[in-house]
Amino acid sequence: MSDAITLTIDEVEVTGRKGQTILQAADDAGLYIPRLCWVKKLKPGATCRLCTVMVNNRPVAACTQPITEGMIVLHDTEPLNRYRRNLIDMMFVEGNHMCPVCEKSGNCELQALAYRFGITAPQYPYLFPRRPVDASHPDVFLDQNRCIQCGRCVRASQELDGKSVFQFFGRGAQKKLGVNAEARLADTNLNLTDEALNSCPVGALLRKRVGYAIPVGRRLYDLQPIGSEIEAKARRAANRK
Amino acid sequence: MIERTLGIPSDEKETKVASQNPLKRIALEPVTRIEGHAKVTLLVDDEGHVRQARMHVVEFRGFERFVQGRPYWEMPVLVQRLCGICPVSHHLAAAKAVDRIVGGENLSSTAEKMRRLMHYGQTFQSHALHFFHLVSPDLLFGFDADPAIRNVIGVAKKYPDLAVQGVMMRKYGQEIIKATAGKKIHGTGAIPGGINKNLSIEERDVFLRDIDQMLDWAQSALKIAKDYTTEHLKQLASFGSFPSNHLSLVRKDGALDLYHGNLCAVDAEGNKIFDQVDYSSYLDYFAEEVRPWSYMKFPFIKSLGPEKGWYRVGPLARLNTCKFIDTPIAEKERKEFMKLGKGKPVNVTMAYHWARMVELVHAAEKIKELLHDPDLQGENLVVKGKRRSEGIGLVEAPRGTLFHHYRVNDDDQVVMANLIVSTTHNNEPMNRAVQKVAEEYLDGKEITEGLLNHLEVAIRAYDPCLSCATHALGQMPLLVELYDLEGNLLDRKARGE
Repeated sequence: MSDAITLTIDEVEVTGRKGQTILQAADDAGLYIPRLCWVKKLKPGATCRLCTVMVNNRPVAACTQPITEGMIVLHDTEPLNRYRRNLIDMMFVEGNHMCPVCEKSGNCELQALAYRFGITAPQYPYLFPRRPVDASHPDVFLDQNRCIQCGRCVRASQELDGKSVFQFFGRGAQKKLGVNAEARLADTNLNLTDEALNSCPVGALLRKRVGYAIPVGRRLYDLQPIGSEIEAKARRAANRK
Repeated sequence: MIERTLGIPSDEKETKVASQNPLKRIALEPVTRIEGHAKVTLLVDDEGHVRQARMHVVEFRGFERFVQGRPYWEMPVLVQRLCGICPVSHHLAAAKAVDRIVGGENLSSTAEKMRRLMHYGQTFQSHALHFFHLVSPDLLFGFDADPAIRNVIGVAKKYPDLAVQGVMMRKYGQEIIKATAGKKIHGTGAIPGGINKNLSIEERDVFLRDIDQMLDWAQSALKIAKDYTTEHLKQLASFGSFPSNHLSLVRKDGALDLYHGNLCAVDAEGNKIFDQVDYSSYLDYFAEEVRPWSYMKFPFIKSLGPEKGWYRVGPLARLNTCKFIDTPIAEKERKEFMKLGKGKPVNVTMAYHWARMVELVHAAEKIKELLHDPDLQGENLVVKGKRRSEGIGLVEAPRGTLFHHYRVNDDDQVVMANLIVSTTHNNEPMNRAVQKVAEEYLDGKEITEGLLNHLEVAIRAYDPCLSCATHALGQMPLLVELYDLEGNLLDRKARGE
């Protein structure tokens, strides 16, 4: 019995495999669905909601929703993209994201998504929260000003490193990232080799003393927008036909 | 932290003067065609005599405070946001300071030459910008020409070739900055202990194609400044001029060096106040005075005190302190320039423009020299050594000597920052220039727009950057209001009305 499942995403017929989510099937087909909390190596968190698509007129997270035969998915629509722009916008104003001086600039997924969606200035007022910086670890710098609470570091530490260095505290607007120690990152068992350090999509969790080493022009998103790698698959497939 | 002394509150001084004699206060706000926001106030008595003239800097930035807590490697990128005109100066001064923190002050030849190329590119574009865009209207049309034509648009209409040269020279400098720092404004090239890229052969060849043209145009600009100064020397010799001390970095052999060197200060007669001082000990040599009527401090040489220890920095000071320039055309021009001083330092304020153009030529010569240097294609970009908790970095920015000083904790966070920028050093001289011009040109006369521009001309000679100095560029209308002692508005003039 074949594992192939056929579904439609924005009127494009896509063939996925049993057990895949909408996001994974779309990726394989070269259709980029924006995401921040999802990364390949980790179980989906479904916290950022950027990958929200419409299935049977209901919003679902593409990173968790399994595909089914005949499923009809709406993804690149004006209302959904407006909704995504608003979410990105809110992430910017809820933190203190100083892109011009941030060492993650050019490699930052949040910034790259803002560029992709044509956001040049936020539409909501800045909240300018007072958030701490934890520089206690000899090799790692944790700047909560830039944390978007995607949970990637929390999951990476647990699932890939077998540790629980990071954790969330509080609820709603009071929710914040914490570390598994009385107060400081230095008191956790975080190592420089931990996968958690590679997981942060923004400039919140950084290796110390390597900032700005990649020149402007050679950074990840300097030359092409985020998602281009996935979309290139579709172009390659089209060229083959 | 650097020692600070408090001056007599200006309001108190003004009140004292005003209580003895009924005075009128004239405010010139903003001062135009400079970088940043300032105003000039004049206290004038009933007979029209100027009793006091001051340049107030009305911006406040606060960088020294809000960089605290940030990691030290952010400094070269963060602190350069002080300025949009000469961010490279701050980028490099901060980089030199953090070089010391990572023990990487002995840069690889590729890193040092890339930084130098960046710096000369910046000096080239900044000097061209100032001369062509900000100053040339005064020189080409006259200080009191109709303001409708006394502007950069007027220059472009009457002297289109010159205007194009100004734009193209600035572009060339900006492209060099982009090739070395990654971006034309606010790049990231200089990193602790080095640089994050070298110059490719392709990039080099693009610059080599146009460098001779740039050098020619730079010499033409120098000729304009030189001819203007010599032709109008009778008027300019005293215009906002006064004897002063001069300060800059110089190379170990006494040569002009914009990127690195030791501190040298000379007095108005050319006597050395100090020479070859390691800038890491600057706190032993300088203090700053705070006066409550300005957000900009008043630095002075400690050994001479605030009354006699103030000094000038920038192109004029650099030509007065250096023994020679290590590029042939600029050196020949320097010798001719120094004849103005008849064996002593040149103290003619308006000669800043001539000196600036000598440096413009020097920058072009240095760029050409570096472009032919294969070290720029080297691969050794970063060096590091023994970690320190403190770093001090100085460069000669286009406007003068720029100090950056940081202390960091064991967690790599900045705990103290002290910046003394070029324009701050020139605070006292600019105030003196304003006072002198006010006394010489405005005293006893009906105040007109043209006369008020004389004050601005004196300030512009220093090419001040007040955004840097107060650690916004914007457009504000020029507004001059004349009040009597009781605060009644007697006269009001607004630019454009």
